[in-house]
Amino acid sequence: MEKRYLLGNEAIAHACLESSVDFVTGYPGTPSSEVIDTLRSHGPTDFYLEWSVNEKVAFENALAAAWCGQRALCTMKHVGLNVASDPLMTSAYTGITGGFVVMSADDPFAHSSQNEQDSRCYARFARLPCLDPHGVQEAHDMIRDAFSLSEELGLPVLFRPTTRICHSKSDVVLGEVGSEHRKGEFVRDPAKYVVIPAHTRVLHRKLNEKQPVIVKTLAQRGYNDAEIRGKTAVIAGGISASYVQEVIPPDVSWARVGAYPVDEEWLRNFVRQHNKVLVIEELHPIIEEAVREIAGKTVIHGKKDGFTPWEGELNPASVAEIFVKAGYLASSPFRKPGTADMTLPSRPPILCAGCMHRATFYAIKKVFRDAVYPSDIGCYTLGLQLGVVDTTICMGASITVASGINHSGDERDVVCTIGDSTFLHTGICGLLNAAYNGADMTVVILDNRVTAMTGHQPNPMSGKRARGEPSVPISLEAICRACGVQFVETADPYDLTDLIEVLRRAKDQKGVRVIIAKQPCVISARRAGVKRKPLAVDAELCTGCSACIRFGCPAIEFDKEKSSIGPLCSGCGVCASICPAGAIGPEGRP
Amino acid sequence: MKESYDILIVGVGGQGTILTSNVLGEACLIEGKSVRGAETHGMAQRGGSVETHIRINGVHGPLIPAGEADIVIALELIEALRFRHYSTPEGVMVVNRELIVPASVYAKKLEVPTMENILERLSDSKPCVIDANALALQAGSALTQNIVMVGAASRYLPLSEHALREAVRRCVPEKTIDVNLAAFALGRDASASCR
Repeated sequence: MEKRYLLGNEAIAHACLESSVDFVTGYPGTPSSEVIDTLRSHGPTDFYLEWSVNEKVAFENALAAAWCGQRALCTMKHVGLNVASDPLMTSAYTGITGGFVVMSADDPFAHSSQNEQDSRCYARFARLPCLDPHGVQEAHDMIRDAFSLSEELGLPVLFRPTTRICHSKSDVVLGEVGSEHRKGEFVRDPAKYVVIPAHTRVLHRKLNEKQPVIVKTLAQRGYNDAEIRGKTAVIAGGISASYVQEVIPPDVSWARVGAYPVDEEWLRNFVRQHNKVLVIEELHPIIEEAVREIAGKTVIHGKKDGFTPWEGELNPASVAEIFVKAGYLASSPFRKPGTADMTLPSRPPILCAGCMHRATFYAIKKVFRDAVYPSDIGCYTLGLQLGVVDTTICMGASITVASGINHSGDERDVVCTIGDSTFLHTGICGLLNAAYNGADMTVVILDNRVTAMTGHQPNPMSGKRARGEPSVPISLEAICRACGVQFVETADPYDLTDLIEVLRRAKDQKGVRVIIAKQPCVISARRAGVKRKPLAVDAELCTGCSACIRFGCPAIEFDKEKSSIGPLCSGCGVCASICPAGAIGPEGRP
Repeated sequence: MKESYDILIVGVGGQGTILTSNVLGEACLIEGKSVRGAETHGMAQRGGSVETHIRINGVHGPLIPAGEADIVIALELIEALRFRHYSTPEGVMVVNRELIVPASVYAKKLEVPTMENILERLSDSKPCVIDANALALQAGSALTQNIVMVGAASRYLPLSEHALREAVRRCVPEKTIDVNLAAFALGRDASASCR
């Protein structure tokens, strides 16, 4: 028993090792990525691990391993579960023979996500058990337990931490790393694994019959606890339960829900001992709906009567305010903070100095002036600040939205951007569809050889697999041609003149045109030891036209009508091609 | 009613707030204190504002409500201003004398903030201002600015100097232990003249 100060995701990864996990898959996505990053970079390698190309692929690989009797883990962010939802729904019917834990990390407040969906809804939809930890230690303990729970029930278990669990830190008591790995073996059983109508009708009935067993098993494992202290009560789940503990007065009862579906008997027994119950949970009112169903005469407060918010994340201060509103506290125990200084310049995340995306966006804007620019999910979504991102909805949708806009009759050029990892994730189908259906559009694949935004995980373009083993070469050009695209060209965004020339040629063509803008991510390049000479502005030649400032590189500063280049410069040299006065060149140029 | 000693570390993505958090958390383990923390990961790290919460003796959630931080450690001046309302009225502010002008200033053609101006605006918080860059260079590496700041803050924290030094030793790459310990010591000396 060792105590360490760990990130939630590191504690979750360690618990998987303690459970002797045999098979790990996932697709990176904030806030889930560090689980596999921890497993692939540290510790034992006596089990299978992969970064998959998307969440559906990851889920199905792990499901197969669990069918073969292994303990499998599959990780993703909440929106990844949408991609994996097809196999998720039916895996509840087939069940598994090994243990299968599906981690779907939710992101209340959408710190780094396109929506705030609640994975607990998927568990309810699929009729699968769901574990929802309220702290880092509990997340660790739940995962250690989840594999055996999955094996006992013969079902996948959905584990749903939120950002404030995954990216929180805590002192955590860890157990011993296990080493008893299982070799997979598929045992043929068509009635279970071939879901033709005759089989699936039976399997659906069996899943429904399992529900009371799930509820009973979860209750026995003690994931839900409570303390009766008065005639009013709070019921909370997830990280909110820890905020409740911070502010709850001693005469108010509390209950904490850590597993779903909730045991209705237990809930009814708790609720009916109180005159008033306040339900506190982030996102969807899952607990509240269960409470309202069994409330009887007890007054219930929650989202449905406007006591708590439907969106965003909570914190101790907002929970205290809800307590005041419900009459549980006379006033908040926290001070009224001074107001934030809103006059300060904002500091949103920006593309790095030397990022290939900025150069590519610049070239696109230069060649396609009045175009529509659908884009996708990655660092390059920050191209919004450069006016070259008109749409972003979900992984892979840049290409499909582009073809849709083109077919809708809009006569402008449509130029979409998509990263290498996103293209391989769900972009290929859209490209095939666009070529097949005769769309007239340009696709720019931003190939920086890595899945950068989530922490530089390798992908098929990186030339190596999750643990660094070399992988077979993959050709984006060949993939695009095989999809039926005739115009496929590759250009280096640091060679701005060439990229612009290639884009111009693409503009003159009809049909689907693909340009692959290829240059390693500037962060990966720096880590790999690539050094380029920084640039400098010749103050005498600088006319103060601020063309370089409009380029938006954080290394370029502007003061007293002159530009200058600061220490962030990575030496990409693109600004030198932009400067109309020829005032930018390598530092120390005579 | 608050049981924890709450530390907010703010800065710009890439300045090393996470290592700073690791050192403080490790020191809590050494002293047998419970600890909770929250960090910024993901895309927000790309040069954006970042905040790290650490609650020494924390047993509940990781988030510090605005107005409740016992100390704010700012690795950058504009971020010090942006987050100073997190401090309690009696709270301490330890601020790095480092100005990183956000690119938005140039893009929106705003007036470029100056160090003097920011320090003036901060003055009613009576910050302990540390030239971490100079001290880090003196210690032997500009990369140790965050450890200089831990050293400067160490006088105010409910953690012993011994535990903090041991935590630095455990958290930094082995080859850089001496440089980082020197940085810690220089930071600690520099804050001796603060209140």
